[in-house]
Amino acid sequence: MPSLPAGTLYRGKVGMWSWVLHRITGVAIFFFLLVHVLDTALVRLSPEAYNAVINTYKTPLIGVAELGLVAAVLYHSMNGVRIVLIDFWRKGVKYQNIMFWIVVSIAFIVFAIFTPRHLSHVFG
Amino acid sequence: MSVVIEQPRSPRSRNGANWEKYGWIFMRASGVILIFLVLGHLFVNLYLGEGIKAIDFAFVGGKWSDPFWKVWDLAMLWLAMIHGTNGMRTIVNDYATKETIRKALVTSLWGVCAVLITLGTLVVFTFDPCPAGALPELLPSFCPVNAS
Repeated sequence: MPSLPAGTLYRGKVGMWSWVLHRITGVAIFFFLLVHVLDTALVRLSPEAYNAVINTYKTPLIGVAELGLVAAVLYHSMNGVRIVLIDFWRKGVKYQNIMFWIVVSIAFIVFAIFTPRHLSHVFG
Repeated sequence: MSVVIEQPRSPRSRNGANWEKYGWIFMRASGVILIFLVLGHLFVNLYLGEGIKAIDFAFVGGKWSDPFWKVWDLAMLWLAMIHGTNGMRTIVNDYATKETIRKALVTSLWGVCAVLITLGTLVVFTFDPCPAGALPELLPSFCPVNAS
């Protein structure tokens, strides 16, 4: 019976899953960015048009979805720092594993601070 | 189509600018700047004050009457669009197996990128916080129609 691959920096372990998450969050943020440039462009049309569209961002459904967007931005930005450190810091590769958990911790802490305040705005 | 993988350590076979390298550097440089621009944007617009509840035309009008936020948002628009489009290009290059489809997708990505950067830049530069004929209660308090 073949043994499981041991895993490397890029395969099977934290190195791979951090990369998968970076891609997924990146694609999600990209498509929101396209929508967000278009909705902001409505300020050039009329105050009524902009307010009508931006008010949908204040509904419970989209308000909760914004938490997902913020979580994606937090992970993608913190893991981006980790990538830069792996590329440019002499000990980056050695500490890439622990850096992933630091990334997740920082993202989670900021998310935990943001979430109750945002929900109080959406549902308040 | 067969994929040709060059021998490791073989000299570069192409002449001219190494665009993949500039792209690689740009992703890291723009990414570091975008951390401050985007997290600052989220903090000011979603965390401070009434957050998402406070965002309307008058809010944007107030921000863009200050050159600081115009420069901030323009930098964020350009860097985020190019960073995001180049990231999508990387993903397309990884997964598209047909060369014609890959080319079509990459061309569409940069086309959309150019259109949205142009649109966003024009909007910021031609924005009028006090458009004539609009309902005064929808406009920022500093507009002449709200002055008295």
